[in-house]
Amino acid sequence: MADPDLPPAKDAPAPATEPAPTDTGAAVPVVAERGATPPPTGVLGILVRHQAIVVPILAVVLAFAIGAILIRAQGFNPTYAYEVLFTHSFATESGLLATMQKTTPLILVGLAVAIPLKVGLFNIGGQGQLMAGGIGAAWASYALRDLPAALIVVVAVVVAVLLGAMWASIAALLKTTRGVHEVISTIMLNSIAVGLIDWLVNGGPLSDKGQPFPTSHAVPEGARLLPFLKLIPWGLPVALLLSVVVAWMLKRTTLGFELQTVGRNKFAAGYAGIGTTKATLVAMALSGGLAGLAGAFELLQIEPYRYQNGIAGSLGFDGITIALLARGNPLGTIPAAVLVGAMRAGAPTLQFQLGIRPEVVDVLLAITLLMVSLPVIAKLIFRRHATKQTQLAGSWGA
Amino acid sequence: MQWVQHNKIWAGAAALILIGAYAFYFVNSNIAVSMFSYAWFLAVPLVLGAMVGVMGERSGVVNIGIEGQMLVGAFAGFFAAAATQSVVIGVIAGALSGIAMGAFLAFSTVVGQLDQIIAGVVINIVATGITSFYFESGKTIPRGLPNFDVPLLSDIPLIGPVFFSDGPIALFALIIAFTLHFMLFKTRWGLRTRAVGEYPSAADTAGINVVALRLFNVTVAGTLAGLAGTYLSMEATSTFERNMSSGRGFLALAILIFGAWRPLRALAAALFFGFMQSLASQLQASDVVNIPQQFINLLPYVLTLVVLAAAAGRVRAPGAVGQPFVKGD
Repeated sequence: MADPDLPPAKDAPAPATEPAPTDTGAAVPVVAERGATPPPTGVLGILVRHQAIVVPILAVVLAFAIGAILIRAQGFNPTYAYEVLFTHSFATESGLLATMQKTTPLILVGLAVAIPLKVGLFNIGGQGQLMAGGIGAAWASYALRDLPAALIVVVAVVVAVLLGAMWASIAALLKTTRGVHEVISTIMLNSIAVGLIDWLVNGGPLSDKGQPFPTSHAVPEGARLLPFLKLIPWGLPVALLLSVVVAWMLKRTTLGFELQTVGRNKFAAGYAGIGTTKATLVAMALSGGLAGLAGAFELLQIEPYRYQNGIAGSLGFDGITIALLARGNPLGTIPAAVLVGAMRAGAPTLQFQLGIRPEVVDVLLAITLLMVSLPVIAKLIFRRHATKQTQLAGSWGA
Repeated sequence: MQWVQHNKIWAGAAALILIGAYAFYFVNSNIAVSMFSYAWFLAVPLVLGAMVGVMGERSGVVNIGIEGQMLVGAFAGFFAAAATQSVVIGVIAGALSGIAMGAFLAFSTVVGQLDQIIAGVVINIVATGITSFYFESGKTIPRGLPNFDVPLLSDIPLIGPVFFSDGPIALFALIIAFTLHFMLFKTRWGLRTRAVGEYPSAADTAGINVVALRLFNVTVAGTLAGLAGTYLSMEATSTFERNMSSGRGFLALAILIFGAWRPLRALAAALFFGFMQSLASQLQASDVVNIPQQFINLLPYVLTLVVLAAAAGRVRAPGAVGQPFVKGD
C-alpha cells in the first residue's frame, strides 16, 4: 500500500525532491544532494523504504523496554505486567470490548490531529473538541428524549460533530483572521471547555439535579449504542471507515491535494491559487468534527451514558501520540489507536492484579511519544536516508 | 529621561496606573493591598514562565514546554523537600529539574533538529505522565517558603506590602524580570542573543556560535521554569497536586507575545492578568456580581484568547523563531 506519508518515503535517498519546510521568508536553500549517497540495497534498503513503519515499531519496542526498567524499579516483574496487560486487553471478552470501545474515539482523535498536520497545523485541541461533542450529544439526546431512538442517535451525533467542528473553528478563525497560533488557542479552548462543561453539568442548565454528583442527564435507554452482537461497539466500524475515507480524501481528491500542498509549502500553494485560509478552516473544521464524533460515541456507547467530568480522560492528548506514531498517515492511526486503546483498556487490570498504578500507561505512552518523535533513532539507523521530520515551528512567528 | 521621551505612551500609561492604584489605596487601603497582593501572587509563575519564553524565543527557540517544565519543577521541588524534610534542598531540586528539562528541549531541538513545537508538546505530555506515575499522596513538607520583609523597600506604602513582603521566589521573579531586561538590551550577551534569534546566519558569519548560545539560553531558562513550578508547590501552597501548573505555561506564552518579547512589558502583562483575576475574585467575594465560580476560573484562558487576538499584528516575533539553524545551510 502506498502511504501518503508527510515526506515522500520512497524518495528518501534523494532529498532534492524534498519540499522546502514551511519557512517564513528567510531563504533556506535546499541544496541538492543527489548522488551524494547511492540508495542502500539489501536489508537496509528494505528498511529505509519502509521506515514510516519501521521507526514507529522500533519506538514502541524501545518505549516498552524503558517502561520495563521503570516497572522493575517499582518492584514488579515487567514481562508479567505486559503479559497481564495485553492478555486482558485482547484475550478476554470484557477486555476486548473495552479495547474496542477505547479504540473508537482514539482513531477519531488521531485523525483529528493527523489531518491538520498535513496542512502544517498542530491541533492540540482534540480534547476540548471531543468534550464539546460529548456534551452536545448529551444535551441533544436528553432534549429529544421523547422522539424515536434512531432519530435521537442521529441528531445527537450530528450535534456533536457540529459542536466539535465549531470549537475547532474558533481556533481556526483566530488563526486566519488574527494570526493567533493554533497551539495556544486550542490549549486555551481545552481549558475553557473543561470549565464551561463543569458549569453546565454542575448546577448549570444541563445538570441532572436528581443525582448526588455532578452529571448530565442520562441518554434515553433506547438511544444507547449497546455493542453490536454484544461484541463490537457501533462506533468502531464508523471510525475505521472514516480513517479510510480520510486517507482517500487526502490522496485522491482535489481538497486533499490542496490541503497537502498548503502543508508542504504555503507560498507555492498561494502561487498556485490555493488559499491557506480555506485550507486552515477546512482542516480544523474536519478535525473538530471528527473529535466531536469521538465525544458522541464516548457518551452514547459507554457506561454510564451520562456526561460526567473526567469521562474524556486524556483521549485528546492520546490523539497526539497516535497521530505522531502513525506519522500523520490516516490509515496508520488504526494500529496506533489499537495499541493505545489496548493499553488504556488494560490499565485497570494492572492495578487489580498486580497493584501497579494505572498511570504506568501514561508513562509508557509518553515515552513512546518521545521515542517516535526523536529524529535521532531514525538517524542512527538510516543515517542520511532518514526522512525529514514534520516541520511545524516555522509558523510560530508568522 | 531619554527613556521617557522615547516611550511617552508607556511612561504615561505607567504613571496613570500608578496614580490609579494609589488613589484606590487611599480610598480603601486594606482592599487595595489585598487585591494587588493577590494579583502579584497570581502573576509570579506567569512572570517566570514568560522569562523562560523570552530567553528561548529571543534566541530563536520556541518553548511550548514551559507548562511541562513547570510541572516537573513543582513535582521535583515538593517531593525532594518532602523526602529530605529540607525546603532548601527542595528549591534546589526544583531548579535543577528545570535545568534538565531545559537541556532536553535545547539538545533535542538545537542539536537533534526535532521540531520545536513537537518537542514542547512532548515535554508537556511526558511531564504529565511522569508526575502522575510517581505521585504519592499524603507527603508533606516541613513548611512552605517563608515570606519576609525586604528592609526599607517593604515600608513603601502599597508597593512595599505587595512586592517586598513575599517569599523568596516571588522576589526573585521581580528581580529577574528587571535583570533580564537589562541583560537583553544592554549587554553583549543580550545583543548576541537577539542577533541569533533574528538572523542566525548573519550572527554566525559575525563569529557568534549560534548553536552554543541557543543551547545555553534554553537550558538556563529551564531553571526559571523549574523555580516557577517550585513557587506553585512550595511558596504559593505547600502541596503538590496533579497537573497543578494548569495551563500557566501557556498563559506565560501568551503574556510573552502580549509583552512583545520584552521582559518588562511581559512583567506588566503578567500583572494585568493577575489583576483581572484578582478583580474577578474580589467582585464575586463581595457579592457585587453573581457569577458562577467556574467562570471566574475560566477568565485567564478567555483573556488569553482576547489578548492574543488583540496583540497579534501589533507585535513582531523574533525573525528566526521556530527555525532550526544548520551551519552552512
